[in-house]
Amino acid sequence: MSKIIKYVFYDIVKNRIVLAYTLFLLLLSIGLFNLGGSPDKALLSLLNLVLLTVPLISIVFATTHFYNSYEFIELLVAQPINRKKIFMSEYLGVACSLSGAFVLGVGVPVLVFGASTTGLYLVLTGVFITFIFVAMAFLASVITRDKAKGIGIALLLWFYFALIYDGIVLFILYSFADYPLEKATLALTALNPIDLGRIIVLLNLDVSALMGYTGALYKSILGSLWGIGLAFGLLLLWIIVPVMGSRRIFSRRDL
Amino acid sequence: MKNLTNIPFVISTFVLLLMATSAVGSTLKVCTTCSYTSVKQAIAKAKPGDTILIESGVYQEHGIEINKPLTILGRNNPVIDGNFKGQIFTITSDNVTVEGLTLKNIATSYTRDDAAIRVVERSNVRILNNTILNTFFGIYLQNSDNCVIKGNVVTGQDVTDMNESALGNAIHLWYCDNAVISNNRVKGHRDGIYLEFVKDSEVKNNLSQNNLRYGLHFMFSDRNVYTHNIFRKNGAGVAVMYTRDIRMENNTFEDNWGAAAYGLLLKDISNSVIHNNTFRRNTTGIYMESSNRLDIQRNSFDRNGWAIRLLSSCSDDVFKLNNFTGNSFDVSTNGNSTLNTFSNNYWDKYSGYNLDKDQVGDVPYRPVSLYSMLVERVPPSVMFMRSFMVDMMDNIEKVLPSFIPENLVDEQPMMNKIDYDNDRKLAQVVR
Repeated sequence: MSKIIKYVFYDIVKNRIVLAYTLFLLLLSIGLFNLGGSPDKALLSLLNLVLLTVPLISIVFATTHFYNSYEFIELLVAQPINRKKIFMSEYLGVACSLSGAFVLGVGVPVLVFGASTTGLYLVLTGVFITFIFVAMAFLASVITRDKAKGIGIALLLWFYFALIYDGIVLFILYSFADYPLEKATLALTALNPIDLGRIIVLLNLDVSALMGYTGALYKSILGSLWGIGLAFGLLLLWIIVPVMGSRRIFSRRDL
Repeated sequence: MKNLTNIPFVISTFVLLLMATSAVGSTLKVCTTCSYTSVKQAIAKAKPGDTILIESGVYQEHGIEINKPLTILGRNNPVIDGNFKGQIFTITSDNVTVEGLTLKNIATSYTRDDAAIRVVERSNVRILNNTILNTFFGIYLQNSDNCVIKGNVVTGQDVTDMNESALGNAIHLWYCDNAVISNNRVKGHRDGIYLEFVKDSEVKNNLSQNNLRYGLHFMFSDRNVYTHNIFRKNGAGVAVMYTRDIRMENNTFEDNWGAAAYGLLLKDISNSVIHNNTFRRNTTGIYMESSNRLDIQRNSFDRNGWAIRLLSSCSDDVFKLNNFTGNSFDVSTNGNSTLNTFSNNYWDKYSGYNLDKDQVGDVPYRPVSLYSMLVERVPPSVMFMRSFMVDMMDNIEKVLPSFIPENLVDEQPMMNKIDYDNDRKLAQVVR
């Protein structure tokens, strides 16, 4: 299994796209840290960037990669190797190379210019988001054999989590404004990894003072080590569920 | 010239002059080796109008009552240590001056509200250049008119995680008219300066910081003026409640940052003037509730969470020639209030154009964003701050306004940041 991971990993690293992705992130983060006055401000801008581009690039890249290496996967399936192992190696190879690019591109500048717990949370969130969206990409890819359809589903997933979901929740909050909604908001944000990641980082920045009572409630839950553990546990669940689901589909499917 | 030859007149003048020197009084010295070794002894022996000069040293004293018009003067920083046993000075006479002392260690007392210096129903008391450390209340004036509190340093303790009721106020005035509070530096108390039923007074050049509740607190105190003060890192910089005719000018409100922090909290106040102040890095710059007929001009709002939170109970307030830069929300309101006027302000979020080059934008600016309205109506939605959906909604609403209050609008937003130093030039442009 580690051999396949290594092969996939090197195959992707040799690919220019990941290199370009790393450089893009590196340039943006260094630029933001040198542009804004305080590291806190740069972290805030970086957070927006991470939450918009990282899921998009992860999901699109992973989907296209899966379809492009279909022949290789078929070749592997012909060998006496467990299908689950093949799938997991593919997944880990893609996710690790993308998160490696993220750690190099964002993690290193954060460490150099704004090393803090918040920075650590930002990098951790980014890594988790990468893993989550690669998992979703794989889910989209195993559902359908058609490449165009697969990429369509992947983009739709990104669109849903990055934009539509927040719109729906805001609409729900607005419609039920007469009820106490703090706990409901907490539950609803936990159902979207992008929101969860955003809130973990925001609560550790100055901006959290603007969040009033709801922010205080979030802080009382997410402020402790236990709460942060819980939040990252939820993110982990966001990785495990799609990975397990798609692995199951992949191992049963007629290729 | 003829008058000089009038000998009885000359003699009587000299006699009067001699009497005048005796009226100024003698000086009683207090020091460890003097005839008086404690302030109390000296006060007991002093006659009205005398000066008690305290030399440097540490005096363990408390419960000193000043019951005649005296001047208590410290030289070379004498320290009076109350040892947590009670008040240090209780002033029960008019025309007392307390100057140049260091007073410290007053215990927290919920029943007596002990203070380092308390003035009880007297007038013309002057408290100057004292240092007051580690006390419950610092300077406490009750029913005392025409008093001067100037140049004092009142330092409490680190107030983080303390309970409001466990702390006293640094400077506390209750039913005192015509007071002058200036050049004081107060920190680490519940309220830095507390005024209740205080009329026609002046608060200027003070620095009030790190207080648990308010930097300056007004209750039922009309016709006061406060200028050139700095309020930093308080629960709220200044709270003005149930008053009218206040002038607030040239003050700086900064870093009043926290979940329930405000730069300036206005509640039931009317006919007042807020000019030339700077609001920097406050959670809320100005919070206004039931505040009417306020004139808010030439203030600078920089990097606040909310620059202005204007509740719909406010009316006839005028916002003019203010600078709004780097605030998360410029103005937020909870209703459709159209009773206030915004004009000629500079908004850094303004994206209009100016074809006729008159420094005034041709397109009106609506300072209330859709999201700020949503947050005001549904507080939990604040958790979606910085979400792309929110940015998108705000931008769409900016192009096609349909939800935001139509009449809360600056019809003549300025194109450039207003420079207050040469405001005369600007006034020409605006007219």
